[in-house]
Amino acid sequence: MTGIAFPPPDPRILARKGEIVAALRRLVTAPDAVVDDPVELAAYETDAFTAYRRLPLAVVLPGSTEEVSRVLAYLAREGVPVVPRGAGTSLSGGAIPLEDAVVVGVARMNRVLAIDPANRTARVEAGITNLAITQAVAEHGFFYAPDPSSQLACTLAGNIAMNSGGAHCLKYGVTSNNLLGVTLVLTDGTVVELGGEALDAPGYDLVGLVCGSEGQLGIVTEAVVRILPQPEGARPVLLAFASSEAAGACVADIIGAGIVPVAIEFMDNPAIRICEAFAKAGYPTDAAAMLIVEVEGSDAEIDAELARIVAIARRHGVTTVKESRSATETAQIWKGRKSAFGATGRVADYICMDGTIPTGRLPEVLRRMDAIVRGYGLRVANVFHAGDGNLHPLILYDVNDPEQAAKAEAAGADILKLCVEVGGCLTGEHGVGIEKRDLMRHQFSETELALQAAVRRVFDPAEILNPGKVFPLDLEKAA
Amino acid sequence: MRLEPASEAEAAALVRNLARDRTPTRIEGGGTRQAVGRPIRTAAILSSRKLTGISLYAPAEMVIAARSGTPVAELEAALAAKGQMLPFEPPDHRVLLGSAGEPTIGGVVAGNLSGPRRLAVGACRDAAIGLRFVDGRGEVQHSGGRVMKNVTGLDLVKLLCGSWGTLAFLTEATFKVLPRPEAELTLLFEGLPDDRGVALLCAAMGTPYGPSGAAHLPAGVGAARARTVLRLEGFAESIRYRADRLAGALAEYGRPARVEGGESRALWRAIRDVEPLAEPRERAVWRLSLPPKRGAEAVAAIRAERDCTVLYDWSGGLVWLATGEEEDAGCAPIRAIARRFDGHASLVRGSPDLRLRIPPFHPPAERVRALERGIRKVFDPFGLFNPNLLEAEG
Repeated sequence: MTGIAFPPPDPRILARKGEIVAALRRLVTAPDAVVDDPVELAAYETDAFTAYRRLPLAVVLPGSTEEVSRVLAYLAREGVPVVPRGAGTSLSGGAIPLEDAVVVGVARMNRVLAIDPANRTARVEAGITNLAITQAVAEHGFFYAPDPSSQLACTLAGNIAMNSGGAHCLKYGVTSNNLLGVTLVLTDGTVVELGGEALDAPGYDLVGLVCGSEGQLGIVTEAVVRILPQPEGARPVLLAFASSEAAGACVADIIGAGIVPVAIEFMDNPAIRICEAFAKAGYPTDAAAMLIVEVEGSDAEIDAELARIVAIARRHGVTTVKESRSATETAQIWKGRKSAFGATGRVADYICMDGTIPTGRLPEVLRRMDAIVRGYGLRVANVFHAGDGNLHPLILYDVNDPEQAAKAEAAGADILKLCVEVGGCLTGEHGVGIEKRDLMRHQFSETELALQAAVRRVFDPAEILNPGKVFPLDLEKAA
Repeated sequence: MRLEPASEAEAAALVRNLARDRTPTRIEGGGTRQAVGRPIRTAAILSSRKLTGISLYAPAEMVIAARSGTPVAELEAALAAKGQMLPFEPPDHRVLLGSAGEPTIGGVVAGNLSGPRRLAVGACRDAAIGLRFVDGRGEVQHSGGRVMKNVTGLDLVKLLCGSWGTLAFLTEATFKVLPRPEAELTLLFEGLPDDRGVALLCAAMGTPYGPSGAAHLPAGVGAARARTVLRLEGFAESIRYRADRLAGALAEYGRPARVEGGESRALWRAIRDVEPLAEPRERAVWRLSLPPKRGAEAVAAIRAERDCTVLYDWSGGLVWLATGEEEDAGCAPIRAIARRFDGHASLVRGSPDLRLRIPPFHPPAERVRALERGIRKVFDPFGLFNPNLLEAEG
């Protein structure tokens, strides 16, 4: 795909590569912390938005906050663009480099610094993976709640940059609801501590502002996260329906009944068939739509809550009810859903959209999305978080067919515009990155974008951090 | 000059005039918290009094929106009628501050005001998913929206929550809401000293039984004996089960009494509104935010310096502290101790004189203050809104 423009590289910076690399080598201690060999750099040329790639000038992997500070101060002084990177799992191109940029990766900074069960907090280096936090606190009976599908690989730094969610955020919230403090390195090399172990911080909520700022305000090197006690147990029920409308209405009634499950996942027929073929999870392949609803608590609490949910589903003509009775059955039910992206990747290439809609508009949006994609001669499979309206339509296409690729991108843009039109937004958890940058004017006025850009420049006046992302390239620089 | 726009467009037009004339303006909601922050006098008052009404309520989506001047009570009544509630339990400070008027939802957002349930389900800033506002140039702006997962653009909602009207004039707020629990039950442990009480609360918060309130009221605060209380909410059969398990897990702290129904609700309402510290009126009241487990330790250090009465909420992480106004109400030692325990302290109640002498809001570190000033300049370039409220702006 070539539809998305990149800012042109500055030839003066490209010409100084040798000098810049030599300077970086002096600023970090580990001998392998600076990568400049083109072959090795290829590992950093894109993220999980693989349709676009750019080889960066160099990559530096600092080992401490102090090194990040030295590196950032140097690059800012020299006017060299900086692309912060965690594990490179962004689905919106948030970590895709620029040719005249230095990638500053925090993946080597992955230690757990302190676990404090009495405060329900953990202090970690930001390069730690999402799942490693949960693994580190598990022995104390705790877990870290946000659970993006890429949690095995993605870093907390990336989660903070994108304010990542996950399947369980209906109950536990997204990253910003589970983040208490950050150590932030500003472009002038200053290190500031925002928030901490207390439940709030004095002054403006800068932790909340930094979370989701897509690496454009500074580089987060450490964080204090909220950890939660593990529930006594958790079990899902699988519910199948003859129509998406019935499934959507069932979701509305579950919530209306005062039940807040930890997760309500929705899959449409194409997604059910793709996942079943891959994972053999026992999904009903003839169903038009399927829900996985998970609840937590003691065995008796789970039984009682699942019974309430099943009773509601029966009122909506549920065609299959599969209640998990064991850990094995639970894993089986989740297996198909959790492998949805991988399974889809075996069938076709796809782009995954991430708009959010008011859940009341679900049946209408599903219908219109299908019409949009079919209008381009393509197919769509839907797997998403129904409780919070965060859609993940997977538009299937052939990456080797440039015409199909262009159509898939156009269909995706139409879907996101539809999400905004019905009262939703462009992105629920993947971030804007480069992918949705040029759609921002559908959600924000010029004045609103100018305000956000001005807030960004309070932190990074020269806009050297992650340039070319989030904001349309032609946004006027208002005073 | 008192301005009471009846629409967002009118508010924007009025602010454009204020901006043209560079008129310093106090922003006012229900006026119940005017005694918070540095005392200010301005040529104009911009009130949300006529910006009222619920603009959207979709119970099945767990979302409600209201104009900024809508009374909190109106929102809560509408939600209760559908078996729902604002998750963060916004406090009403009229008793504590001895003020009159009707608390508005805009005021709650401006102060990021959050009650006992904040510990379990997050603060106002976590429930607020969308805001509309007029910036200091008179431009209408919005951030977030009506969907609960939204990472499109910078999260200015967080920035505005707790900005005390110094960044913008709020016109509308949207929240995600929660089902109102079918029942509540409070476990009451009596006679524990502060350190044991806070240890109990922290232990309880580490269990899977999910208390939605965890507070400690020392002896003499609202009752003769010290009370350490844990609130459980949910379906009736579930909270009975969880109460048994929790009491079992906390057996070393004694056998708790069980308080239910209206009595439990009244207790948590009093804690939410800091009622036990309202009298005597002439005492200053501080709000300390600390790592929960260090709450009692920090208070012990302050007690060594001066006489005070305290109430612990948020598992020890929120300490309300009443003390005499002499020696700047203990500003220097209280802030130093709060800092030493990785927390911060703000003066919530004090005489106007005291609030001019010392900065009521905990001063941030220098570099952070510079960022905050930069942000204020972006939102309100002429410094119109609530000038000098957070700090002396010269």
